[in-house]
Amino acid sequence: MDQIRHKVAIVGAAETDDLGQMPHMSRLALHAQAAKNALEDAGMSLADVDGLLCAGAIPNEVAEYLGIQPRYIDGTSVGGCSFMIHVRHAVAAIMAGYCDVALITHGESGRSGVDAPRGGSASSPGGQYESPFAIGGAPTTFSIPVLRHFHEYGTTKEHLAHIAAATRAWANLNPMAMMGSHRRAPERGGGPITPQDVLNSRMICYPFNLLDCCVVADGGGALVLVSEERAKDFAKDPVYVLGAGEAAAHWMVSQMRDHTTADGYRIAGEAAYKSAGLGPQDIDHCMFYDAFTFTPLMAAEDLGFVPKGEGGPFFAETRTGPNGEVIYKSGPGGDFPMNTNGGGLSYCHTGMYGMFAIVESVRQLRGECGERQVPDVNVSMAHGPGGMFASAGTIILSNA
Amino acid sequence: MADYAGRLPVATPESQPYWDGLKEHKLMLPTCDDCGPHFYPRPFCPMPKCFNWDIKWMQASGKGKVYTFVISHQPIPPYNTEDNAPPYVIAVIELEEGPRMMSNLIIDDPYSTTVDMDVEIVFDDVTDEVTLPKFKPV
Repeated sequence: MDQIRHKVAIVGAAETDDLGQMPHMSRLALHAQAAKNALEDAGMSLADVDGLLCAGAIPNEVAEYLGIQPRYIDGTSVGGCSFMIHVRHAVAAIMAGYCDVALITHGESGRSGVDAPRGGSASSPGGQYESPFAIGGAPTTFSIPVLRHFHEYGTTKEHLAHIAAATRAWANLNPMAMMGSHRRAPERGGGPITPQDVLNSRMICYPFNLLDCCVVADGGGALVLVSEERAKDFAKDPVYVLGAGEAAAHWMVSQMRDHTTADGYRIAGEAAYKSAGLGPQDIDHCMFYDAFTFTPLMAAEDLGFVPKGEGGPFFAETRTGPNGEVIYKSGPGGDFPMNTNGGGLSYCHTGMYGMFAIVESVRQLRGECGERQVPDVNVSMAHGPGGMFASAGTIILSNA
Repeated sequence: MADYAGRLPVATPESQPYWDGLKEHKLMLPTCDDCGPHFYPRPFCPMPKCFNWDIKWMQASGKGKVYTFVISHQPIPPYNTEDNAPPYVIAVIELEEGPRMMSNLIIDDPYSTTVDMDVEIVFDDVTDEVTLPKFKPV
């Protein structure tokens, strides 16, 4: 256990007013609206903010747009887990006295493309050694490790399909979830799905069918963090940071050291556990970034919830509920509650989804989740990759 | 050739010998006397305990195995025409010499691809200037 445990708390967490298709809002406007909502959630004003952390934007861009001049900035932008890493950095900055109130913002016009930066240099390593082979975004690269895992451990597409079905079951309990029953009619693909529906959906990039892939959305989210002492003064209960970790393992997916293990997950996870003084057995609720069905399976294995190679059968375990319904391992009523907002698969995925995973951890710890509230959540883990298992960020949060 | 639709690499000073080698239908790998070859070209050995800047070039055999792969159904150029339509295979090839690299597998039935399948290099002269290293089953 090291010195960061329980020193800093999240006191504000929110998404933008809407998620999904918002062509009327630019990338920076999404950052700003998320900041407004998170500050309101905390009962604070923008004038209180003296630390700014963001990804997908230069901190100065966001600071100027908001009209603030923070004395601490962090622009770590390494993909979807950037926000877990920001939480870790904000803890250190607040403890060091570099800032008192840290605001972390995310905004991305991932669907409508309003001021969405695109593409890389043809001279970068990726431009020279991957792009020429007709790489078409995340479905053709995040999929690269999967068949090696299948080959080594006997994991199957049926196993992965259970993760999609379980995650959709959570989405059906979340009014904000894009593919949930509240927002999308069954004839348009919303509402409950079965593993067989996943296998029957259109092939995108084998081994991923459409329903193995996340949604594509516009949206944003933000967090407000302060010191433990100050956190007690807020109307809502603080959510303490117990532990955190980060890592950079590689950049191009072809250069991953071992395609069946995310080194970054292990490095970040070990640091998070060590700083919290906890292990996987102490975690009540998991938010494991799910750009694709395979992504959280790798997390469950590399963060020690299940032995390496056993993630497939673990997630494919089902039982029958009192009304004859199927209860999935990671779904509502299951004994491994994961991605309870409906995940990147069925709730929202802007491109850098990690922010939304943290917002859900905060809400579950506060007991704000209504129909989808998991009973007795005291410790939650939010974890994600950046790039294709390239970087990683892990945070362990608690309401006590 | 001039109307090749796929994305083309642009060499840097450090990678120029690699791309020049491909143009001559040779797969050249940077290599360190102590640690052996690596992919991709860097002017040093990327083993942290070595970090040797005395790098030589060696010609690889062009033989290897499919380490992992996907079958893309996306019409990404150049796989976006009637003659060259998806699905197509994107594979990570493990070269006989050890390093792994991304490529495409040239294969009649993409779904006949298997992990650990033996493959060999095919030099695809996509333009007058650029040759891409692709692979086919042995």
